[in-house]
Amino acid sequence: MNGTERDVALEDEAPLLWALRDALGLTGTKFGCGVAACGACTVLVDGQATRSCVHPLAAVAGKPVHTIEGAAARRPFAAVRGAWIAEQVPQCGYCQPGMIMATIALLESNPAPSDADIDAAITNVCRCGTYPRIRAAIHRAAAALKAGG
Amino acid sequence: MKSRLRRRLLIAAGLVGGALVVGGYLFYRPRDRLRLPADAAAPPGEAWLTGWLRIGADGHVSVLVPRQEMGQGVYTGLAMLVAEELDCDPASLRVEQAPVDPLYANATMLGDGVPFRPDDASWMARLARHTQYKVGELLGIQATGGSTSTRDAWLPMRRAGAAARAMLVGAAAERWKVLVADCRTEGGRVLSGERSLGYGELAAEAARQPIPASAPLKDPARYLVIGTSLPRLDVPEKAEGKAGFGLDVRLPGMRFAALAQCPAFGGSLKRVDASKAKSMPGVQQVIELEATPTSAAAVAVVADGWWHAKRALDALSIEWNDGPHAKLDTAAQRETYAALLDKGEATVYEDVGNAPAALAAAGQAIEARYEVPYLAHATMEPINATAWVKDGRCEVWVGNQAPTLVQWMAAKPAGVGEVRVHTPYLGGGFGRRSEMDVVVQAAAIAKRLPGVPVQLIWSREEDIQHDVYRPMALARLRCALDGAGGIRAWYHRIVGQSCTQGLTGRLLPWAASDAMKDKTTAEGAFDLVYAMAHRRVEHVLAHQPVPVGFWRSVGHSYTAFFVEGFLDEVAHAAKRDPYEFRRALLAGAPRHRRVLETAAQKAGWGAPLPPRTGRGIALAESFHSIVAQVAEVEVREDKSLRVKRVVCAIDCGKAVNPGIVARQMESGIVYGLSAALYGEITLKEGRVEQSNFPDYEVVRMADCPAVETHLVESGWEHLGGVGEPGTPPIAPAVANAVFAATGERLRKLPLRLA
Repeated sequence: MNGTERDVALEDEAPLLWALRDALGLTGTKFGCGVAACGACTVLVDGQATRSCVHPLAAVAGKPVHTIEGAAARRPFAAVRGAWIAEQVPQCGYCQPGMIMATIALLESNPAPSDADIDAAITNVCRCGTYPRIRAAIHRAAAALKAGG
Repeated sequence: MKSRLRRRLLIAAGLVGGALVVGGYLFYRPRDRLRLPADAAAPPGEAWLTGWLRIGADGHVSVLVPRQEMGQGVYTGLAMLVAEELDCDPASLRVEQAPVDPLYANATMLGDGVPFRPDDASWMARLARHTQYKVGELLGIQATGGSTSTRDAWLPMRRAGAAARAMLVGAAAERWKVLVADCRTEGGRVLSGERSLGYGELAAEAARQPIPASAPLKDPARYLVIGTSLPRLDVPEKAEGKAGFGLDVRLPGMRFAALAQCPAFGGSLKRVDASKAKSMPGVQQVIELEATPTSAAAVAVVADGWWHAKRALDALSIEWNDGPHAKLDTAAQRETYAALLDKGEATVYEDVGNAPAALAAAGQAIEARYEVPYLAHATMEPINATAWVKDGRCEVWVGNQAPTLVQWMAAKPAGVGEVRVHTPYLGGGFGRRSEMDVVVQAAAIAKRLPGVPVQLIWSREEDIQHDVYRPMALARLRCALDGAGGIRAWYHRIVGQSCTQGLTGRLLPWAASDAMKDKTTAEGAFDLVYAMAHRRVEHVLAHQPVPVGFWRSVGHSYTAFFVEGFLDEVAHAAKRDPYEFRRALLAGAPRHRRVLETAAQKAGWGAPLPPRTGRGIALAESFHSIVAQVAEVEVREDKSLRVKRVVCAIDCGKAVNPGIVARQMESGIVYGLSAALYGEITLKEGRVEQSNFPDYEVVRMADCPAVETHLVESGWEHLGGVGEPGTPPIAPAVANAVFAATGERLRKLPLRLA
């Protein structure tokens, strides 16, 4: 869990989201729909973008999990954070941890995503409509990562 | 005898007159908007300079923002007003939520509510607005809505900055024994000759200066902060996931509650079998909640974590009394509305000339029926509130748009006399968070667990099925042309519920009445600026058990679709280009015409487009801002719509922060586009049929258009709102583009091609 081993006293079938929020006190990961439809709860499990609201706790036993609190350990984070600020992406901000984690997963697997790649990878919901800014920020972060080697 | 009676009458008249004068004076007198709040605790090292800001010994400026941050950028925009007049470095700004105090009331929201056209400058309209504004001050309600924040704060927050600056200058002048006139300020410092002191060094002394009632305000030509795209103060923490929402509140010994509400509106709980649930892990209590005017009947489970609470809730066996509305059905409701559209008794909102007679005389009229469904808000952060009853008071943490109402509404269910409200960031508001249902429920639950803080979280299904909805509405529009390219008569009739009546009924049931002329039911329909010799606009009030409430742009969210969709039809019937037709009707409204022209020109109106692609234009004034949008829409082979590009022009007078204005336009457009393409709440067997994002779809990245916004400036005297005005024009712009692409006219939302 964000680089350290954590024991959680919760049933195997408990969703990872609630283990994070209620048992481990990691509230950066958000509850949005509970049915993996909105992506507010996106975290990285083994580097893969995962919707934690339907992902059972037992399925992450022994695997590396990264939440927004530990995102700095992922290589794209600094560039993503910088791009998010430069493009002034967040409005209410509630969906943004999920958006940022989904973006980190995208950039780790595809350092120069096209618009179509972004459409396919970023399927999270933002009710404030920050999508155009997110798209611009992803391109900006990709360029920064490329420039930084 | 006669003369005695006359004398008595004269004395009585004198007394009544005197009382009216005194009462009128007390009512209309200017209120002190610079005093400190009643709860003026300050962190160590900070000094109050008016009730709107504190300055720390290190020079940082804490601005108390009286409105709630739900993504619209209000923390930044309002702090900029103070920073400008204070002459401080924007980098020294910190923002915090102001406490609940009438000092921070939003009087403009009520002032805007009078059923007069915004351009009506008659004495009656002005008196009504002023009186309503004064009622707003008197009630002292802090609320965020009606896109009023900047307009309402424009004077008091600049005045607070100017007063604080004067206090700092006064303190420096005293210390240096120089004249105030020999001091100036710049970047958070007072300077005089070679001498210079930082605001932080002066703050404590400045706080002992009297608060000047009318420190002079800057000439706008000298603005350094206002008018710049200062980066939002809340963005860095939101880009790191560190921003705290209601759902993130954590307190010692806290418990979590999940609830199920009666699926039929107005129903009640018949019986609940909790035997199984009570033995499940982590479960602490099962609580029955009776229906109140504010909240639905419900059963809640309290546990050590929300998942345990929800799992036990699902294990309950609940029987409901569905009540009188068990058969509620949208299809049947549409028939009722259609009958009301023909024959219902209407409230007239505008009646100029004689539209019915002019239509009858014209012989040939253009006529159409338009329709919109109920809509849910679907804020990203599910509805939640945390309440803690202890020592005779209740503390509430809730993302809300009206902290004063939280204070009023939590006391009774919590069984306490004192309520303390904490407002963290809101994970979306859009009007939904001015509702008090979850506050009442959380307080009632907390009362049953004294000393234990309880966080009540609604599931997304509860949110979609127990919202206060944007009203479903039907409209008939009729128009006769004048033969010279203009409109001779316009007759617009709308059927729907009243949001203001709905909210009033939920807060103060005794005060809700049909006599209330709710401006919001017909706003955007009765206040058009297009030249129309005869016009009549009326609204038939429908009564339905479906709760309705304020949804981003309220009445404009449907009237703009009705008016601008139909106007497009009229343009085509007149064989005119829809842009040129509108432009000609705006000869007497130069600000509107400029906005329309800007959108059309920037969008390349008239330039060739690929096959199956069309451009549509729409214009709507709402919340004192004028917005035009051109949508470019491709109709795919499978008849689905792809909105490729939206060009938006806005005149909000001038922008305090142009970057925030542009983002609010994008936000309003995407929100309105979700409604235009997907949004629909329907009822069957008394129940809402949709429940979560899979069946209440919204716009996502792949179907989000590119948006470009152009600001059209007309001056600070025309300051308008920006949170909502981006929403109304998008649905008609897209519908009109579909017509341009296919020749098919869509008169019902969501837009679906046959």
